[in-house]
Amino acid sequence: MEMLHAEGIRKSFGHLEVLRDVSLTANKGDVISLIGGSGSGKSTFLRCLNCLEHPTGGEIRVDGEAIAFRPDGNGNMEPASKAQMRRIRSRLAMVFQSFNLWSHMTLIENVIEAPIHVLGVERRQAVDEGLRLLERVGLYDKRDVYPAFLSGGQQQRGAIARALAVQPVAMLFDEPTSALDPELVGEVLKVIRELAEEGRTMILVTHEMSFAREVSSQVLFLHGGRVEEAGAPAEVFGNPTSQRLARFLGNLN
Amino acid sequence: MVHREKVAAGRLRMDTGTLTPIVAAAVLAIYAALRMRWDWLGDYYPLLVRGLGMTVLLVVVTSSLGMLLAIPIGLVQVVGPKWLALPARAFCTVIRGTPLLLQLWLLYYGLGSLFPQFPWIRESGLWPILRQAWPYALLGLTLSYAAYEGEVFRGAFKGVPKGQLDAARAYGMSGFLTFRRIWLPQAFRRAMPTLAGETILQLKATPLVATITVVDVYSVAAQVRQQTYLTYEPLLLICAIYIVLAVVITRVFTRLSGKSRDNTAFRKT
Repeated sequence: MEMLHAEGIRKSFGHLEVLRDVSLTANKGDVISLIGGSGSGKSTFLRCLNCLEHPTGGEIRVDGEAIAFRPDGNGNMEPASKAQMRRIRSRLAMVFQSFNLWSHMTLIENVIEAPIHVLGVERRQAVDEGLRLLERVGLYDKRDVYPAFLSGGQQQRGAIARALAVQPVAMLFDEPTSALDPELVGEVLKVIRELAEEGRTMILVTHEMSFAREVSSQVLFLHGGRVEEAGAPAEVFGNPTSQRLARFLGNLN
Repeated sequence: MVHREKVAAGRLRMDTGTLTPIVAAAVLAIYAALRMRWDWLGDYYPLLVRGLGMTVLLVVVTSSLGMLLAIPIGLVQVVGPKWLALPARAFCTVIRGTPLLLQLWLLYYGLGSLFPQFPWIRESGLWPILRQAWPYALLGLTLSYAAYEGEVFRGAFKGVPKGQLDAARAYGMSGFLTFRRIWLPQAFRRAMPTLAGETILQLKATPLVATITVVDVYSVAAQVRQQTYLTYEPLLLICAIYIVLAVVITRVFTRLSGKSRDNTAFRKT
């Protein structure tokens, strides 16, 4: 069952073409990893999926519903209906590189914010569910703590709980461990791995190659705004056909 | 035991630190009580209370109204549109660039003397209000506060990290919801320490209204001086009153930001 589909996504910043033609289809339970060097466009592509960046061209379908676009006056496309965009965004949870937990709210307040104010869930129910999610990511004890008093790993696990709270159709991870100290990476990857194992649909931009190889159902290697190589992780990592991918993987090892 | 000694030592250190001003204040108070004349207080007590009421009212009302204006003035300079941002910017520059005294005079002697030339204003129901001095004091102080705090809010809005707003958008919040739930609260917390100081400055700007015949606590002191030829007694008294008011303002803001005291997040992210 198709959860998220993007077709021929293009994105230019002025004269700079960041994405030339990127497509992706995520069926239910798929974990798709986007890899590639810096500047390859993988984060921009992810941010186009929920229109945090306005794509220049292409189509996006979430849970069978196509996002309606119109020209935004800067040569890109913007969502034609704000209401539709909000509804779709609220079901595409994003986890950011720099966590972006709301700094003036405690952990539990962060988790219940979108369910209450965007999805209209009743407060009590949102709190119950939120506490359950915090327990799940191992942060029940920290529920009333402000983000500034948490380690990077704890903040990111909290951000994952916030993402789960909206019962997402698909989850978008934008380099979730890149801002973490090395010793904190493991605790976050462990949570993401559990989500993959329970069949969540996830798009993952990552530099953790061994992790991508382990959890992904599909890997896309982006270069220069195009999908240079795509396939099952064993093939992409074990038997790269493109020279660039081989060099990219070789440089990492 | 060790713990108790540490606490005692701490208390002792604090004592020596605060001792000097306390002793100085006590000496001054004793001197003032014994050697100065305070018999006029009985006569002027009702007027002093009225003046104090006016001062407090001016600070509270102009700060509140000024802040309500300052939020949009700061916001449009960050998000636009340009045709609103430019006037807002010009307003801040003009008001902050000219003395409050002149603004009050221009409003009271300028605008205030224009109004009676129009019969329809004189005949309108607003005239009994417009012919008094306090509306001009209120307007002048409000605009002044709005201009200074507009600048503070501009910086505060701008200072909220983009990622915080990205997260709000990514979770489907509308522009207004993002503003109400994320942007404004975070900007407010950033502005709070500055606002406390600016409100004390606002308090200390209020004596200027005496020059346009508004009876505030300072003008009462001036009146006492003129009528009794006592110079220092009324001035010392209103100094004490201003200090007390300043402490109250500080307390109010400390309480307002009390909830966010645990939250030092914006320092980190």
